[in-house]
Amino acid sequence: MERDLVIIGGGPAGLAAAIEAKEKGIDDILIIERDKSLGGILNQCIHNGFGLHIFGEQLTGPEYADRFIKKAKDLGIEYYLNTMVLNMTEDKTITVLNENEGLFNIKAKAVICAMGCRERTRGALNIPGTRPSGVFTAGAAQRFVNMEGYNVGKEVVILGSGDIGLIMARRMTLEGAKVKMVLEIMPYSTGLKRNIVQCLDDFDIPLKFNYTVVKIHGRERLEGVTIAKVDENRKPIEQTFEYVKCDTLLLSVGLIPENELSREAGVEIDRVTSGPIVTEAMQTSIDGIFACGNVVHVHDLVDFVTMESRLAGRMAAKYIKGELKKDGDFISTKGIDGIRYVVPHKINPENVEDNVNFFMRVDNVYKNVIIYAEHDGQIIYKAKKPMVSPGEMESIKIKKNVFENIKSGEIKFGLRRA
Amino acid sequence: MEERNLTCINCPMGCSLKVKIYDDKIEVEGNICSRGKEYAENEVTNPKRTVTSTIKVVGGERPVVSVKTTGEIPKKNIFDLMKIINDKSVNAPVKIGEVLIKDVFGVNVVATSNVDRA
Repeated sequence: MERDLVIIGGGPAGLAAAIEAKEKGIDDILIIERDKSLGGILNQCIHNGFGLHIFGEQLTGPEYADRFIKKAKDLGIEYYLNTMVLNMTEDKTITVLNENEGLFNIKAKAVICAMGCRERTRGALNIPGTRPSGVFTAGAAQRFVNMEGYNVGKEVVILGSGDIGLIMARRMTLEGAKVKMVLEIMPYSTGLKRNIVQCLDDFDIPLKFNYTVVKIHGRERLEGVTIAKVDENRKPIEQTFEYVKCDTLLLSVGLIPENELSREAGVEIDRVTSGPIVTEAMQTSIDGIFACGNVVHVHDLVDFVTMESRLAGRMAAKYIKGELKKDGDFISTKGIDGIRYVVPHKINPENVEDNVNFFMRVDNVYKNVIIYAEHDGQIIYKAKKPMVSPGEMESIKIKKNVFENIKSGEIKFGLRRA
Repeated sequence: MEERNLTCINCPMGCSLKVKIYDDKIEVEGNICSRGKEYAENEVTNPKRTVTSTIKVVGGERPVVSVKTTGEIPKKNIFDLMKIINDKSVNAPVKIGEVLIKDVFGVNVVATSNVDRA
């Protein structure tokens, strides 16, 4: 089978990219989705707060997804469900498997990787102890409760204060469970402020900073966990060990972009984001392979995933029509002094539309700082921020003419005291 | 006078607010903008929340459908509403936007996703 554009993943990123490419004149598009419906992880995020930037109103996850699913269907965009991509090569041949057609290859002119991310598990944390049932990632519990109608437990401890853990603290409380505490190994939360207030404070659920779980107890079902305070090197302090009875432990300890397919194809990966190195056009290191959404870097808000994915869809359409400039010098980007990463990594000024939206994350909580961008000793952008935090992604817009003046070299993004 | 400590949720700054509640007035400290004052006043006089949950579906491709309140309800009624939601079941198919529970605490409860027949 041959296709102009194949999009791997039918979540918010894949849908927005497909719709945009279709509207920019690409007719032959195929979305490949491994789940039984389109919409991705939004389908289990039944809480509201989605869409403030894109639609100017607060939607729940399924409602946000539905708007894009409807649009994609109205535009006649083709999609396969229950279909798994097994492999992708540098020449954009994709090996696909499903129940109806078996194993087959698709040769694409362009590919957009929109595979999203997955949760870090108990295995990645190496928590000692037994292996009873009752230990879930927060997202797995979310799927059980919100989509399968199955309550996962009655007495809950949550490790990690990521947004999904916070949301699940409220969700399980509403369903009658007792959420005893949320433990965070860092001295700050990576979750959004409004979630800490509306999911924990509203129900008097304690959030304990500098705490972790050091042991899991129970043979068949989880019976309890040993918690401990950690020192400044994040080592558990033995004198603070404490047994907490519970039948459920939820892990909300980070998300990892899912890039097995990208790696097999030889796409260059950023070691900080665990996502592909991308250009201003969201193109990876392989010509014609694009990427957008959480597969590139983990976003806090789906609205930003949508914006980034629309760009990827537009640029993939340009690429297929032969309008995307490949040659010329690239400007590279880098985070320094408190900025952990910057996306995109490379800028070809010739392909920039009106401006470039740079996304970045800081490495700690800072108050009263200036975020600046510097090129060859010159400050090309600065903005005052009363507060920045690793839990809230920063975004900076720089106009096209700035890049036209500098053309090559490196732009460094950093923080300094205001 | 009663004193309460709140965290403002209007922006990432998350100002720590100290609210002093007198018989005839409310004083807010710690906010750096007017939204903080407004937030604190609402929180101590009449806190409200949108509630999202799921309702049982009979004969559907999925056992539950996601729902939300069409507006905010008083925070103190959240668990009363949850009891009503958990006692309710509906027959498939359910369409997004369909009213599943009418006029509770001044709002409706509507479906936020589609569930087809099995």
